[in-house]
Amino acid sequence: MTLDASSLQVVKATDRRLRRTDRSKGASIALHAALIGASAIAVFPVFWVFITSLKPDARAVEPTPKLFNESSLDNYTRVLSGEKGDFLAWFGNSVLIALMTTVIGVFISATAGYAASRFRFPGKRGLMMSFLLVQMFPFAVLIVPLYNILIALGLNGTSIGLVLVYCTTAVPFCTYMLKGYFDTVPADIDEAGRVDGLSPFGVFWRLIMPLAKPGLAVTAFYAFLTAWGEVAFASAFLSAADESKTLAVGLQVFVQQNRTEWGHLAAASILVAIPAIVVFYLVQRFLVQGLASGAVKG
Amino acid sequence: MRRFLDRYWYAYAMVLPVVVVIAVLVLYPLAQGVYFTFTNINEGNIANPVLERPATFDFVGFKNYLNVLSGGDSFGAFWGTLVRTLIWTFSCVFFHYTIGLGLAMLLNRQVRGRTLYRVLLILPWAVPAFISAFAWKYMFNAQYGIINQLLRSAGLPDPVWLGQSNWALVSVIIVNTWLGVPFMMVALLGGLQSIPGDLYEAAEVDGATPWQRFRHVTLPGLRSVSSTVVLLGIIWTFNMFPVIYLIAGPNPNARILVTYAFERFFSGASRDYAIASTYGVLILSVLLVFATIYRRALRKQGEVW
Repeated sequence: MTLDASSLQVVKATDRRLRRTDRSKGASIALHAALIGASAIAVFPVFWVFITSLKPDARAVEPTPKLFNESSLDNYTRVLSGEKGDFLAWFGNSVLIALMTTVIGVFISATAGYAASRFRFPGKRGLMMSFLLVQMFPFAVLIVPLYNILIALGLNGTSIGLVLVYCTTAVPFCTYMLKGYFDTVPADIDEAGRVDGLSPFGVFWRLIMPLAKPGLAVTAFYAFLTAWGEVAFASAFLSAADESKTLAVGLQVFVQQNRTEWGHLAAASILVAIPAIVVFYLVQRFLVQGLASGAVKG
Repeated sequence: MRRFLDRYWYAYAMVLPVVVVIAVLVLYPLAQGVYFTFTNINEGNIANPVLERPATFDFVGFKNYLNVLSGGDSFGAFWGTLVRTLIWTFSCVFFHYTIGLGLAMLLNRQVRGRTLYRVLLILPWAVPAFISAFAWKYMFNAQYGIINQLLRSAGLPDPVWLGQSNWALVSVIIVNTWLGVPFMMVALLGGLQSIPGDLYEAAEVDGATPWQRFRHVTLPGLRSVSSTVVLLGIIWTFNMFPVIYLIAGPNPNARILVTYAFERFFSGASRDYAIASTYGVLILSVLLVFATIYRRALRKQGEVW
């Protein structure tokens, strides 16, 4: 057991202001150590995938893993050149589906969230409760009925069908979040807008939406990730043709029955993770503020 | 009626798109799914529009529920699986919440490099779940996985993580904890930032110890955020399917209700939609009961939610 002399000193110090802003050295070290440790755990799997992505498949399964082992960018060039399946087409499909889900999902949950935040109308409570209910049903089990409906609507095998399905998973949460966020925007702004002659939609679109950017950023992030990483529906609904697959479905080609091409899988995974991380980086400064006000008022 | 519309039409116009989408793509399939639970529908007798084959399944009453609830092994050992699902859900949410709260409190201090730490700590959330699943499956591998390599070099036993034992459940709980902490951390960090600093100063003036400040200022200040995120966390974890399915596959030691429903749904020659739907309805019922109790407990404490 070691005692840090400097930490004892600060306990004795009587200046309260000093104590709040400055920490003892020991406490600082412990704080940073805890944060560094946690960050390392958070980042390590991604880092390890990156390390693996540079190794040939055979080197990726050696019993004593090394950091670098015949490492090169070969896996990336092979994945990108389409040797293992039409990676770029999958990528395009995923981008298209994820962006459409984000735009449609955020737009309709913003209108619903705004209505729930500002107006009192019969059925509002029931609506909000049904959103919670929707979260509870295991979606995997809805696949057969959904499949029938998409056929009936003529949307089977199309990206629009998939986008609508993703919206149903993303929209309830997004609506809750945005309602909470709109609650924090003062209603005076709406009234001022109405006095100046804007319609209710004008107020929503021209005044409230720009003010709600942090909330919108969080919901966009959520909707994007919902669509970007989804496996079950994409494998069930998209046609088997290689060029209509999304990434989540396409990557299964690297996982065969008895053997996994870890090197290639890792390289493809890194390529898939990059757009998600870029989106994340763009919205991350809004995340805390946006999520908090949504959840506090939820 | 006219006045009613005059008053509310813009509110309804704004919620209409959501209502239509939810009604068509959730409520109607849900009703159909509930209907399926009273039939013996499967891949062989469902209507097939491609082959232009009409549906030939029959109404069987409560037979599916009896089969499932009697807990037979051929129907997924319902009660054992339910217990495992509860263990999975509560341990995951417990770790999400405690670790998330701990990290949020660290990040809520003045600390150099706070933005960098925050970005790094949220990273698991940003990576698509199927990729994290691959990554962890690779790291958990008994022969060439980095985790066992580290354990061996530290002289610790190296279990077969994803084999036919309870280690499989431990593994998926570890992975899901890793995945779910960032969401809780961010939500709680926002909650912490909304607690006025005066409260802490007042508590300090009154001579409260750090533990008392945590107990009587921090926790009550986080009550409303916590109640929402914990409920959401429990619902999401209960139905968390990709993590287990992609990492452990159809391993019965890591099976929870959702993954079994999906197994019945997708694997096997017969694709038993009826049993899968029965599981779906039972999952929904469990969660509804839970949510009702949860709300009642919150309301008793004076929370309006």
